[in-house]
Amino acid sequence: MKEDFVLQVKGVNKSFGGVKAVDNVSFNVFKGDILGIIGPNGSGKTTLVNLITGFVKADSGTVFAGEKKLTGLAPDKIAGLGIVRTFQIPRPYHSLSAIKNLVVPLYSSRIMRTIGGKLGDRDTVALDILEEIGFERDAHVPYKLASAFSEGYLKRLELARCLALKPHVIIMDELFSGLSVSEIAAMIPMVERLQMNGITIMMVEHRVRELFQLANRVMVMNFGEKIAEDVPDNIMKSDIVKQAYLGVT
Amino acid sequence: MDKRKERLDRGIKVRTEGIYAISSWRGIAYVLLPTLSFILVMLTLPLIVPSTTWQRIMTIACIFALLALSFDFLAHFVGIVCLGGAFFTGVGGYISGLLNSAFGLPMAITIPIATIAGGAICTLFLIPCLPIRGIYFAIVSLMYPILFHRVIQALNIFGGTDGLPGLATFPNIWVELYSIIPITLLLTFGLRRLVNEDFGIVLRAIKDNDQAVRASNINIAWYKTKAVYIASAIGCFAGACLAHLYGWVGLSLFALDFSIFPIAATVVGGGGTLVGPIIGAFILAPLSEMLRAFGPLRVVFYSLILAGLVIYKTEGLLPFLQRKYHQFERWTEV
Repeated sequence: MKEDFVLQVKGVNKSFGGVKAVDNVSFNVFKGDILGIIGPNGSGKTTLVNLITGFVKADSGTVFAGEKKLTGLAPDKIAGLGIVRTFQIPRPYHSLSAIKNLVVPLYSSRIMRTIGGKLGDRDTVALDILEEIGFERDAHVPYKLASAFSEGYLKRLELARCLALKPHVIIMDELFSGLSVSEIAAMIPMVERLQMNGITIMMVEHRVRELFQLANRVMVMNFGEKIAEDVPDNIMKSDIVKQAYLGVT
Repeated sequence: MDKRKERLDRGIKVRTEGIYAISSWRGIAYVLLPTLSFILVMLTLPLIVPSTTWQRIMTIACIFALLALSFDFLAHFVGIVCLGGAFFTGVGGYISGLLNSAFGLPMAITIPIATIAGGAICTLFLIPCLPIRGIYFAIVSLMYPILFHRVIQALNIFGGTDGLPGLATFPNIWVELYSIIPITLLLTFGLRRLVNEDFGIVLRAIKDNDQAVRASNINIAWYKTKAVYIASAIGCFAGACLAHLYGWVGLSLFALDFSIFPIAATVVGGGGTLVGPIIGAFILAPLSEMLRAFGPLRVVFYSLILAGLVIYKTEGLLPFLQRKYHQFERWTEV
């Protein structure tokens, strides 16, 4: 395989007190991938996302994006490189309307730089992005305060915030959790469309069925360690994964 | 003929809060009336009040209003609880006073310099505390005025405990009033405009969720620094004006009142409205003067009134008035 990694994680470690949250994890994300990450609760998935995006400092190990070393960079710098994340618990700006929620990433230096500051009216751009992500343009929904939205809309808003940054890698931290089956069914084509647009995706997910439908590679974590990495079909059959999840031997 | 009641904003109010679809002069009048009446009252107030003493109280209220404005801006739009009012007035006042007494610069130069440079100095001191939030920032900002007070006292610099007397003052009460009141209005509505511009939206986002802002490729420390600069420059302007109102700067410019009063004014007027703190200051400052008749009991009554206002109008006066205004009804034919 041609080695065009967009992300290269080399032996990262992170302990919280005596707990090894992430234990010597290494993996690569290739361009155009949808890499799924699964694992039981507390297996270090979110910590791994935090390590890559700079929200948590690694004890050791490095993360590269192409030639660029991400380890040690501030979260806003990493986002500026086009590696953006969603949060497991949506973090909208409650006192702002959906449109104004998107004005924030549109005001970032990454967007100012790429567009050259001539973005025009940010509200209009925000409206376009919201429509793309499933907010009805003609309704008053985009003008509602974020505090009024249901979980499904908040998750979409999280994704919209990422898209506004024109990313090339999106790390989705449990995007589907807390959503109803029909809401997930509506989100799946969105994720597929992102992949078709050339965005590399890393998904941390508990919804295994939907994830296996989307992902082309799946990594399994348990107790902070990477225990398997393969195509979805093989992961399904793997004994080591069954053991981690179900405790059977 | 049947009649029924109808809200005044029916027909122009869009379902989303704060958005109006205006197509007539009546619609424009409905939306602008509160703002215009506020400006009108502010500008005519000095003409109505009975004596020069009361006019002077108006200017002092304006100074406090500016400090309250700066507090409200930081607390409700950036999420920084800053008790640095005394720090700002002290730094602004001393810069202005020193420039005037040592170099003999006129007021028209010292006040702008004190505003710009004072804002920069205060911001520099507050930058190390920006990563800490909530009550911790408040404590540090409260410590600085005490620090400066003691340093000036101990080293006997800038006039020491005597302060710097004999500064230039405003030529008369009218110049004083009609330079400070319009500037207060300008800053209030300027800030209100700013918090709805894209820059202000980023600040409000930082207040709501700073981690999400960081994940959006925005350096929150830099934005917070800019916000603190705006707030401290307003505070320093107030301090510089105060120095020239009294014609004297002294250690009392670092008094705790300048930190605490703005909070009271903001709470009474309604936080997060920017106009509310101005109204709050214009209620509390005259109230405090009126209660002088009670002598030592003044503070008791003041506290009781303040407690009453907070308990019975927790949201603040302006949000209350706003709600009432929007609930006005008229009779229409069916």
